[in-house]
Formats: sequence, C-alpha cells, structure tokens
Amino acid sequence: MEPPANIPRVALIDAGGANLGSVRYALARLGVDAMVTSREDEIARADRIILPGVGAAGPGMRLLRERGLLDVLRDPPAPLLGICLGMQLLFDGSEESDVECLGLLPGLVSRLPESPGIRVPHMGWNALSALRATPLLDGIQAGEQAYFVHSYAAPVTSDCVAECEHGIRFAAVVQRGLIAGAQFHPERSAAPGSQLLRNFIGLGARDRSMQAAGEAACPA
Amino acid sequence: MLSRRIVPCLDVRDGRVVKGVRFRDHIDCGDIVELARRYRNEGADELVFYDITASPEGRDVDVGWVERVARELDIPFCVAGGIRSVEQARRVLHAGADKVSINSPALQRPALIAELADAFGVQCVVLGVDSLRDDDGDWRVRSLSGDPSRMKAHAKPTLEWIAEGVKLGAGEVVLNCIGSDGVRGGYDIEQLRAARAVCPVPLVASGGAGAKQHFIDVFQRADVDAALAASVFHDGSIDIGELKATLASAGVPVRQAAIPDIAGMASA
Repeated sequence: MEPPANIPRVALIDAGGANLGSVRYALARLGVDAMVTSREDEIARADRIILPGVGAAGPGMRLLRERGLLDVLRDPPAPLLGICLGMQLLFDGSEESDVECLGLLPGLVSRLPESPGIRVPHMGWNALSALRATPLLDGIQAGEQAYFVHSYAAPVTSDCVAECEHGIRFAAVVQRGLIAGAQFHPERSAAPGSQLLRNFIGLGARDRSMQAAGEAACPA
Repeated sequence: MLSRRIVPCLDVRDGRVVKGVRFRDHIDCGDIVELARRYRNEGADELVFYDITASPEGRDVDVGWVERVARELDIPFCVAGGIRSVEQARRVLHAGADKVSINSPALQRPALIAELADAFGVQCVVLGVDSLRDDDGDWRVRSLSGDPSRMKAHAKPTLEWIAEGVKLGAGEVVLNCIGSDGVRGGYDIEQLRAARAVCPVPLVASGGAGAKQHFIDVFQRADVDAALAASVFHDGSIDIGELKATLASAGVPVRQAAIPDIAGMASA
C-alpha cells in the first residue's frame, strides 16, 4: 500500500507496556511507520506522541521517570494520546499503588467497584457514549463498541469526551487541548479503534487534524 | 453495558489450525491468519489460539505466527499452551498477543500465576482449567490434556483451584468441561454455574457448543462472560453473525457485527 502524503512523524513511547507491538501494527495498518522510542530528543521532534501502556500505574510512572521522560510528557511539544494505562497516567494520580502521575488532567484514577454481575477487570466490548463532539471522535457512531481491559478507571470530568459504563460511569475518551487519551484499546477495537487512531494522527475521513482542534481549544 | 463475548478457539499445531474430537484425531483446517481474519470478519469478539502440541512436549510457543496474527488482527487474542515462565510469556505478549493462558504449568507451580500478574498485570493472565467429573460426583482438574496418553488427573477440586487461581492473580478463567467437549450436547451448565459462584473475574465457558440455543443457555443460566467454541465455527454449522442476532433477540447483550474489513486490507 502506498503511504498517504503528509504522514506525520509518530513517536510511540516504549514505556515497557506489553501492547507496544499491537499499537505499532495498528498504525502500520493505517500506513504509518511509527518511531518506537524512549528518547526525549526523538519525542521532542515528533508530530504526534502516543503513550501506550499495560500494567500498573506505579511501575509505569517509575519507568517514565527512569527514562527521563517526565519533562517532555508534562509539556508535550505535539498532540499526545495515552492508551489504557497511558491514559490513566495523564491524570493527577492513581489509587493503584497510590502514585502521583503526570498531572496533565485533573482527577484521580480509582479502582472499579465490584458488585453483583459486575466483574473486575472490566474485560470485553462496551459501548461508547459521546459527551461532546470532537474531531477525535469523527466517524465513530453513537453506541459503537470498543474493547476494554482494565481494573482502574478515570472519572467523568469536563475533559471527558466519551464515557462508558460498567457498574459506574467512567471516562472512555478524554481530551483537553493537545492532550488526549483512550481507556479502551484502539489497536484492538476493530473499525472504531482504527478510526480514533486515524483521527488522532490527522488521517480522518474529513482530514481534520487534532492539531487544529487543539489550537482552537487552547489558544497560545 | 458490557457485551457477552463469542470466542472461537483455534487449535494450532506446527503453525496450522487443526481440529479434533475429545482432543484426539486432529485434522488440518487451514492457515492461521486466514482463519483469524475470517472469524474477525464474521464478528468474533476475541480469538484464542491454543498450541496443543506445546505443553505436553515441553516446547516453547513459536512466536512467529503470533506476530503474523498480531500484524493483521484488530481484535484481541489470547495464546495458550506451552507458557511456563515469565520470559516465555513476555515473548508471546511482545509478539502482539493480548493475553496468555496457562493451564498445566500453573498446576505444577501455582506461583507462576502471581509472577505473570506482577510482571504484566492481571488483565494479561488467563487461567485455563480442564475439568472432569469423577465417579464420586466431584469435579477435579486435569492437566496435559493436549495428549490423551499423557493426560493426568489431579486431586485438586476444580472449584478450589479456580478460587486459588483468582487469588493468585488470574484476571480471567476459561473453564473447559472435558466431559462435554467435542460432542456438541451443550455446555456443562451445572459445572459452569458452580464455577461462576466462586469466580469474581470474567469466566469463559468452553466445551460442548453444538447449537445456537446452547449459547443462549450458557449466558442466561450460567451467567458466563464469554462462550468459547471451535468445531461449530470451523465447519460453518454456526455462523457467528447469525448467532449474535439470535442472542440479541433472546436479550443477551452482544456486539453486533457490521464490520468493514481490517483497516489497510481493503485497499491492499
């Protein structure tokens, strides 16, 4: 397949998460050859930054600190998308291992409560409910389902653009200026997942880039 | 609301998909990636690849095919068979699998479950349990069931093992009821209900699917999160799209599959 023109440079942060390969393959299916990196200077030159993650918040933050990535992630030079644990790390902190996170989005990540019929981890396909329109959700129909696997979740705040429900409501997709996150796994969520990645990278059907949206939402 | 999952299981031997009856008499059913793509397009929610030769023969899982599947597939998949260490699990997960399922090695050394959960998180760790009802009426686990001549009975009661496995860090349990496997008489509702009562994490029913009604029964009567099946999907006797429509009209929440082909594939 011929790569489309003007493909942005995507830095895919190697933060030790096991889904790094899956995210890279999902981008490859869109014609994007992502740069897998844990180097600050490479991240600083990217047009898009993706922080994937699987595992626990404590070890995740420790790894980012050890690799010297906290500064570049706390002031990202380009649109940043956190996936699963990567999204949770965008918040102030997490109850999981009681850890301080990147603090890009206000709020605390907490454990999903178990109740009769509500199993934790929340594992499987669940519906997305959009809370407001954003180019990040372009082309994703109301009620479409995405694949989730997690035990902790972020609260529904004013940064939440799509929510999901499993016993309680929680943030499924967040966005604040250049900062975005998906609690579900776009790399494993069939068509809606690849659409979200396309939108983030700026390959959406209407070819509206998130950069433009971010600048509009957050004038310098 | 969380959908109930339909999970085709593909038995893999030497990089090909095979099928058997009661774990015996395997015949070739085709290329792994081709079958994976077919099930994904029919609306499967997840796939399990079970390397049936790996565990009994003490071999490693070959990660070459895991990577080929991961490159093409945009739904989650789990790899089972032959994983007995954190290092082996890491290779499989880094090749692109979303979860690993362990069975006999966990029985031999239960601490493996905790080691995997610590390394990758509970959501990556699936405990596979092969279970058979003994003459005294109790369900007990079996291991090395990939090879009938070497299959071992254990003294461990199935329900105790499930509870122990979850406590150690299994994020999902697949209960394969050997007595009903391969004969298409329906899932073992009684055993699955008993397992449900001791299993706070997602529970996957395995063994016995022969008709659409069996799936309705297992979701409604045993409250499982997912139903796994192999031969009824491989031979086309149940179409996953039709199955999901039937489940939806019976009130079982499922992901309806109106599915364009995998991104990048259509234009390739």
